[in-house]
Amino acid sequence: MLIQRDNMKKKLKIAPYEAVGVVSAQSIGEPGTQMTMRTFHYAGVAEHVPTGLPRLIEIVDAKKEPKKPLIDVYLKKEYAKSREKAEKVAEEISAVYLEDVAEVLDDLESYSIEIAFDKKEGEAQKVSFKDLKEKVEKALEKNAKIKAEGEKIKIKFDKKEKGVNAKYVRKQSQKLKQLLLKGVDGVYKAVVTKEGDEYFVRAGGYNIVGVISHPAVDPSRIYTNNIKEIERVFGIEAARNAILKEIKDVLDMQGLYVDIRHIMLVADAMTYSGAIQSIGRHGLSGSKVGVLGRAAFEETIKHLINAAAKGEEDKLIGVTENIIVGQTVPVGTGKVKLKFMPR
Amino acid sequence: MKKTAVFLNGRLIGFHNDGKALAKRLREKRRMNELSYQVNIYYDNKTNELYIFTDRGRVRRPYIVVEKGKSRLTSAIKERLKKGELTWQHLIKMGIIEYLDAQEEENAYIAMSEEELTEEHTHLELDPSTIFGVVASILPYPEYNSSPRITMGCAMAKQALGTYTTNFANRYDTRAYVMYYPQEPIVQTRVYKHLNLRERAAGQNCVVALASYQGYNMADAIIVNKSAIDRGLHRVVMFRTYETEERSYPGGQKDKIEIPSPDVVGYRGEHAYRHLGEDGIVMPESEVEGKDVLVGKTSPPRFLEEISVFGAVEEKKRESSLALKAGERGKVDSVLITEGQGGNRVIKVRIRSIKVPEIGDKFASRHGQKGVVGILVPQENMPFTESGIIPDLIVNTHAIPSRMTAGHLLEMLGGKMGAIGGMFADATAFSGDKEEQFKEVLRKNGFDEYGEEVLYDGITGRRLKAKIFVGVIYYQRLHHLVSNKMHVRSRGPVQLLTHQPTEGRAREGGLRFGEMERDCLIGYGASMLIKERLLEESDKTRVFICPECGEAATPDYVQNKSYCRLSKTDKGEPVEMSYAFKLLLDEIRSLCIFPRIELKEKG
Repeated sequence: MLIQRDNMKKKLKIAPYEAVGVVSAQSIGEPGTQMTMRTFHYAGVAEHVPTGLPRLIEIVDAKKEPKKPLIDVYLKKEYAKSREKAEKVAEEISAVYLEDVAEVLDDLESYSIEIAFDKKEGEAQKVSFKDLKEKVEKALEKNAKIKAEGEKIKIKFDKKEKGVNAKYVRKQSQKLKQLLLKGVDGVYKAVVTKEGDEYFVRAGGYNIVGVISHPAVDPSRIYTNNIKEIERVFGIEAARNAILKEIKDVLDMQGLYVDIRHIMLVADAMTYSGAIQSIGRHGLSGSKVGVLGRAAFEETIKHLINAAAKGEEDKLIGVTENIIVGQTVPVGTGKVKLKFMPR
Repeated sequence: MKKTAVFLNGRLIGFHNDGKALAKRLREKRRMNELSYQVNIYYDNKTNELYIFTDRGRVRRPYIVVEKGKSRLTSAIKERLKKGELTWQHLIKMGIIEYLDAQEEENAYIAMSEEELTEEHTHLELDPSTIFGVVASILPYPEYNSSPRITMGCAMAKQALGTYTTNFANRYDTRAYVMYYPQEPIVQTRVYKHLNLRERAAGQNCVVALASYQGYNMADAIIVNKSAIDRGLHRVVMFRTYETEERSYPGGQKDKIEIPSPDVVGYRGEHAYRHLGEDGIVMPESEVEGKDVLVGKTSPPRFLEEISVFGAVEEKKRESSLALKAGERGKVDSVLITEGQGGNRVIKVRIRSIKVPEIGDKFASRHGQKGVVGILVPQENMPFTESGIIPDLIVNTHAIPSRMTAGHLLEMLGGKMGAIGGMFADATAFSGDKEEQFKEVLRKNGFDEYGEEVLYDGITGRRLKAKIFVGVIYYQRLHHLVSNKMHVRSRGPVQLLTHQPTEGRAREGGLRFGEMERDCLIGYGASMLIKERLLEESDKTRVFICPECGEAATPDYVQNKSYCRLSKTDKGEPVEMSYAFKLLLDEIRSLCIFPRIELKEKG
């Protein structure tokens, strides 16, 4: 049995100097050509989440933020079993901003800001006028005079004070509009979804740290499609796994099968340096060692001029460089040398 | 009520109290021939605007005018038309037919047939089939085919070889094809006659069997009866006109049409000029091929300096003859000598070559069913029917179900009926002859009403187990002929700038081994093969490099040494590289960047 396994291992082992990169690129690229046309539509939060080619490009380009960031919040056991409890969590983590429940008007002549509370909206979002008032008071610097009248808050700034001018007032009013009243900053449209017999919350946004601090949330299973955020919070290894999962999800959704090892190679290539690199002129291809290789890809003249200025040397390590020069390529049979050994 | 704004050719000319009534009155006037029939009136109900168009460039089509649910084209008028008392022009003047443009159509309510006329209708279509354009109305039975196939049928009808013009003998087109024995289709539409296409037919009625035979018609290939081709089936002549001009240059110099003398620069050898007459022009009816010269011509030297160096007397003339394209052959059909724009003598030579159908030529029926010839079979090996009929073509049955071209089958049946009964079949869209009519004629003549025949194998003489559907259908030869496309290269010309092989058939070029093809070899790890494709078989050069400074060294082939002017040595080493790379280095140098090449012993 062991011998058999060892033989198997040998068989599966990739030969030295096999051009794995090209094979991976072709293996992902070929089914990729069939992907472009079909796009699916969903109802609910997942609406217009890029899938297929656009999403693939997003991942590979290492975008700071996906077009539609999503966060999957899994709950601790005692909350995950009932829909009501899960819905409560969803409501608690959804961010409510002052803008959502009140109207903010600034008067640049009298240096004052008026906040008109919308009771109907407030009830819907479960925010009381009292909460709002407290938050506003906390948010403002001491120089402002705050007066509450019924459902309205009036804020007046002292003209004589240093640094107080129309620009300052406008800035303050803009800041107030974005004042977080409730929930986790950046999380919106939280919806309870069922997976198996477990309820979890799917929401827009990617504030992992904020969501984890909610007591009902299981911190070990939280997930977002924002790979950069995963890298920031959990580190590069997690990011590598996230890239792997995201690419695989895109391909699976289209019903395409690509061997996982090809995708792993892409994920590894994007993360081996310790930070996420995009595949393109600003990332992987831009950090090729050879001048000629980089010049052959994009921005030819820029690379040549810079190389000349620095007096760079091309050691002809890459494939492209050797093709340009007219030598055998250092892959496959090109790397194998024969030596004669007299007995 | 608000006043109606009235526009003439898009310009506001005034207002009217009742635009609708005005539109009605204007139309009445047009029908009474008081206004030109080319005027169109459109009333926009939403915006209460009236548009009158008299300008050119509007697409218009004719309709029968309807009044109170009655067609103006009454039976009395139809009678007079039949007698020839009335013409189309009369109908227009009488207000029976009128042309509507895209705008006025919006105000019309048009009935397809006379039966469905109601009080509200304003117009009647001449015939349902008039909804098609010129090309589509020629296709038989379009209503039995799927729409993509109709589109393809239209596209291919335009590529069919036939009689493109009746005065082809007097024309000198750069390229023209004329069919030997064009036929009018047995199954045709009514429009076909009206377009006078019977005089410019582009195809032949072929006996077609729907079957597979020896497997040579897989994947849309067609098996063709070789004997039928020998008898002239789908035979075509190709005319090609070559043209040259006796140009005059500034300085009083002129080209001269003559048989170039051997001392001319670029002399092609005696052999190339063998067909030329005394005047330096080919003799008509001589057989030419390859790079034979058609018109011998010499030009003055390109640079005047060349003369002055030797004291002005010795004038080296340049050879600039007109020669047949490489790989072509034919007979000189005729020679035309005229005068060009600048008063120069222009010579046109028309070459004629016969294009007999061969393996790889493209054929198509009028139902978007195209295919290339897969094999030519002598008639003795072809299957034959009980009555001894041997099909001209054998088309594979797999071509039919997935394409849903039922019209193809119907045309075959109709064609068979026509051929047996000695008549034409009408295949006009929506109102053509029905299957039952064909069946009846076939039955009366002792044929299977479904068009099936018992076939006997031409090779073994045995009866084929299945009955085979055999019919007559119009097939077109399309102008994608292999003889005009075939191309090979093993060695050949290279480009001046890059030393790489040229591109394209006309330049005897190679096929590009592109980026993706290169990637495949990399993926396979075939390093040596890449080097062979991209270097050895392309633009390999040898450049001498000074090992000390890395700059190119100057070779001295006499002493078998190379010198470097920078480091003042003679130790230059020969280095193999692609000429493109050498060019790149030169261009980098022109950017004022100094590329050094460091040499290392290979190992």
